[in-house]
Amino acid sequence: MTKSELIDRLAERRGLPRKTAEQVVNVIFGAMKESLVDGGRIEIRGFGSFKVRHYKGYVGRNPMTGQPQEVAPKRMPVFKVSKNLKAQLNDDLQ
Amino acid sequence: MSDDTLTKARLVEHLHRHVGLTKKEAGEVVVDVFDILCDTLVAGDKVKISGFGQWSVSDKSARKGRNPQTNESIVIARRRVLSWKTSPVLRSQLNEDG
Repeated sequence: MTKSELIDRLAERRGLPRKTAEQVVNVIFGAMKESLVDGGRIEIRGFGSFKVRHYKGYVGRNPMTGQPQEVAPKRMPVFKVSKNLKAQLNDDLQ
Repeated sequence: MSDDTLTKARLVEHLHRHVGLTKKEAGEVVVDVFDILCDTLVAGDKVKISGFGQWSVSDKSARKGRNPQTNESIVIARRRVLSWKTSPVLRSQLNEDG
């Protein structure tokens, strides 16, 4: 499912004009993005949570040539699935 | 949970302010959006939000594992896991200053 399919489904489900559904989806993911860029946490009950993890730089190796290579420090968001959704994903396997 | 955590309640405020929905409508819409995401993933489809990232579901087959504390051998059952990949756009926004 892409963002535009999500917009279509939301519009259909709620009987919203597509334009409004589009604004809704953009505002939600815009706010989530902003929060992560600011280094904040996101917690959506029943879905999951995000936090930003800091990784130190290190000297790695180019796996093709074996040349040592500097890997810069970075910040990456990590997602943790909620217990609820994790259980739902595995419902039919039990 | 700290005060700066983004929650459904915060998203409701954003929608009320920026889209002009009533708090009640905004609340229902937020629940719907995450319900649609959950339903899609539970059905085994991936979700890709450009500029943000993508979630995908993968099947892990059963394997033998070991309890690292007791060294006891156990079977880890077949399961389905959800993984997340950050969009390259978001990734670079997070590392612009670095």
